Amino acid sequence: MRKIVALGATSLIAQETLKNFAKDKDSFFLIGRNEEKLNEVAKNLEVLGASEVNVKVVKDVCDFKAHQEIINEADKMLSNFDNFFVFYGVLGNQKEMEEDFSKAKELLDVNFISVASFVSIVANKFEKEKRGNIAVISSVAGDRGRQSNYFYGASKGGLSVFLEGLRNRLSFSNVNVLTVKPGFVATPMTAHREKGLLFASADYVGKTIYKAVKKNKNVLYTPCFWWGIMFIVKHIPECIFKKMKM
Amino acid sequence: MSSSSNSSNDFITDKYLSWGRIPKVSQEIRYLEWLSDAKFPKSEKSILARGLGRSYGDSCLNENGILLSTELYRRFLDFDEKTGVIRCTAGITLEDILDVALPKGWFLPVSPGTKFVTVGGAIANDVHGKNHHVAGTFGCYVKKMALLRSDNKIYEISPNKEIELYKATIGGLGLTGIILWADIQLVSVKSGFFDGEFIKFSSLDEFFEINKESGKKFDYTVSWLDCASQGENFGRGIYMRANHSQKDFSELPKDPIKLPLIVPFNFPSWTLNNFTVKAFNFAYYNKQFSKFVKKTVHYDPFFYPLDVVKDWNKIYGKNGFYQYQCVVPRDDNDKAIKEVFKTIVESRSASFLAVLKEFGEVKSPGMLSFPAPGITLCLDFINLGEKTVKLLQTLEDLVKGFNGKMYPSKDTCMRGSSFRAFYPNLNEFKKYIDPKISSSFWRRMNNS
Ligand SMILES: Cc1cc2nc3c(=O)[nH]c(=O)nc-3n(C[C@H](O)[C@H](O)[C@H](O)COP(=O)(O)OP(=O)(O)OC[C@H]3O[C@@H](n4cnc5c(N)ncnc54)[C@H](O)[C@@H]3O)c2cc1C
Ligand SMILES: NC(=O)c1ccc[n+]([C@@H]2O[C@H](COP(=O)([O-])OP(=O)(O)OC[C@H]3O[C@@H](n4cnc5c(N)ncnc54)[C@H](OP(=O)(O)O)[C@@H]3O)[C@@H](O)[C@H]2O)c1
Repeated sequence: MRKIVALGATSLIAQETLKNFAKDKDSFFLIGRNEEKLNEVAKNLEVLGASEVNVKVVKDVCDFKAHQEIINEADKMLSNFDNFFVFYGVLGNQKEMEEDFSKAKELLDVNFISVASFVSIVANKFEKEKRGNIAVISSVAGDRGRQSNYFYGASKGGLSVFLEGLRNRLSFSNVNVLTVKPGFVATPMTAHREKGLLFASADYVGKTIYKAVKKNKNVLYTPCFWWGIMFIVKHIPECIFKKMKM
Repeated sequence: MSSSSNSSNDFITDKYLSWGRIPKVSQEIRYLEWLSDAKFPKSEKSILARGLGRSYGDSCLNENGILLSTELYRRFLDFDEKTGVIRCTAGITLEDILDVALPKGWFLPVSPGTKFVTVGGAIANDVHGKNHHVAGTFGCYVKKMALLRSDNKIYEISPNKEIELYKATIGGLGLTGIILWADIQLVSVKSGFFDGEFIKFSSLDEFFEINKESGKKFDYTVSWLDCASQGENFGRGIYMRANHSQKDFSELPKDPIKLPLIVPFNFPSWTLNNFTVKAFNFAYYNKQFSKFVKKTVHYDPFFYPLDVVKDWNKIYGKNGFYQYQCVVPRDDNDKAIKEVFKTIVESRSASFLAVLKEFGEVKSPGMLSFPAPGITLCLDFINLGEKTVKLLQTLEDLVKGFNGKMYPSKDTCMRGSSFRAFYPNLNEFKKYIDPKISSSFWRRMNNS
């Protein structure tokens, strides 16, 4: 049975992913910003079969000084956890960030810097223990920069590269690192958008993440057709790409 | 990101249709996400909660108003494995409940013909299943609910508390408030399998013959009727009856393999015509060779044969289709239902799935609940425009004449005058409607 620490446990993709682990009777330490929502997620996991669910409120993930302490607490509560998942992220408003860089910095801090900090701490722990699973939600948006969301894209792209390097390092210590790259998913983050054919349900995406963790996959495009889409997008020559309206 | 208050999150779309895809309407969509910050949506427009849109007509639509979708509000709140009472948010589906409860020996007390409906939707339409003659409706198993109304108060309602509001909410078409969560009493079973018998009958009289003994011996009964054949094949079909299997685990067949099929887009309209419908009905009747078959079946193919094909409603093309369900009391020689069925067959516009079943006497707490003692008939009609609407009105008049009634969750054409005749409790019910809530169905009933 796994002992799972989940950051951003109130995100819909998190809820739908963790549901599957709960059915395996795993134990959880859920971290999020809002206690009541965390309790709702926790209760659901308990009904679904979780052996143990703890919740922890962390109001500001960018309070870097607190990170080590939070991980220590999780380790104590679960008596040595072996799975670490990061789900949280913000989409941001591209136009606002172009005009006010402090907004962009906030997004980069949340989506990339704070995640890198948490994951680094856990990486050192797992490396010593010579086991563990790290899974982080990045995005297909990080595969290539586009004018419509390059701050978000950069934060996720940075995250993907970071995880790639970490995977290389930890491959010698029996630690698996999974980079999850969802396409469009119907969640609160995209609630205001018309759902076209490319949209997947969080339910489906959660199941694929669960399977990828169990299979120790490296990179997961979900749904898988996004691998094909991004393959093409990545191979459009820059001189053409820069003129495209995307 | 809280659901109801954040207006930048809301959008207007014409993509949220009902299962029959008639009428086409545009609505503003908002989402209910968390119990802890559930607030009644603020707006000048009227509000209607929505589950998975498995109602066929316009009772789950709110044209030019707001739909408060519960599709992202899908969590269990508690499960007492000793008593079998499960508390879930309104967006939990019947599939979710089966997934959690069956391994612990509990089953749905009542289930409609698809498991892709929400608890909120199942309560608001007070849905029925193949066991109505012994078990009653879904509403009979709702022990308690929380209802959010536009005064922003949450009412805990049950058969002992706020009784009238409880009764109005069961089968209340979503008009009395937003159901936040409900306690459902499940039933204990040995497995998810059924010991079933499948009997071919060649006429309606034979159906009634088989039905007489079946109701007493079997908890689940339903029949499929060929609605394309006239003459000597008129009224033929297959009677299905079953009980929860008492077999031990080792004797049971394996779970069926799930092969999800998807209808990705609307079929062009020529794919469905008299010929294909006839062929389907012929094939369905003849897929069973012998008159009598006995076998142990998993609940999935038995309860939810259509769920295998995701979005099967798109076979009907972009014109959509009508679904129709009525119940008429039994009378001498069952003249009434025979007359209704004859009118349908002669119209030659019925489609694949006609279902016949006898409802029982178990009374639902719901004020506007549809099921009543008698024979219920349910089927699809291809949308042939005016012609189909006319036929539906003929049927409506017939049913009114026979003191029967029609099911709002499957209705697109009923006139308000008939609705008032079908549901004499309407005036009592109206006292409990939330003034900020409305639906396309409700406005249609009040304006015709
Ligand atoms: C293949 C198929 C087979 C079916 N078989 C049967 C059957 O055998 N028996 C039967 O009775 N029905 C049957 N139905 C109809 C279906 O069970 C009902 O229409 C059901 O109510 C649909 O649930 P939903 O979650 O999709 O709700 P929707 O269709 O989205 O909504 C239905 C109603 O519930 C209200 N509602 C939804 N959520 C809430 C909430 N949280 N609070 C308050 N009101 C709410 C809506 O306002 C609306 O009035 C069948 C439908 C299909 C597609
Ligand atoms: N939906 C998509 O189409 C899509 C596509 C690709 C990648 N993703 C990624 O998937 C992940 C999960 O998102 P989702 O789609 O499931 O949406 P979601 O349900 O809206 O989840 C977003 C999560 O991020 C948290 N969060 C937001 N701002 C934060 C902040 N400043 N500090 C800490 N936490 C913060 C939220 O916490 P609260 O609950 O406390 O608000 C929530 O848990 C994100 O990393 C997102 O970038 C989503």
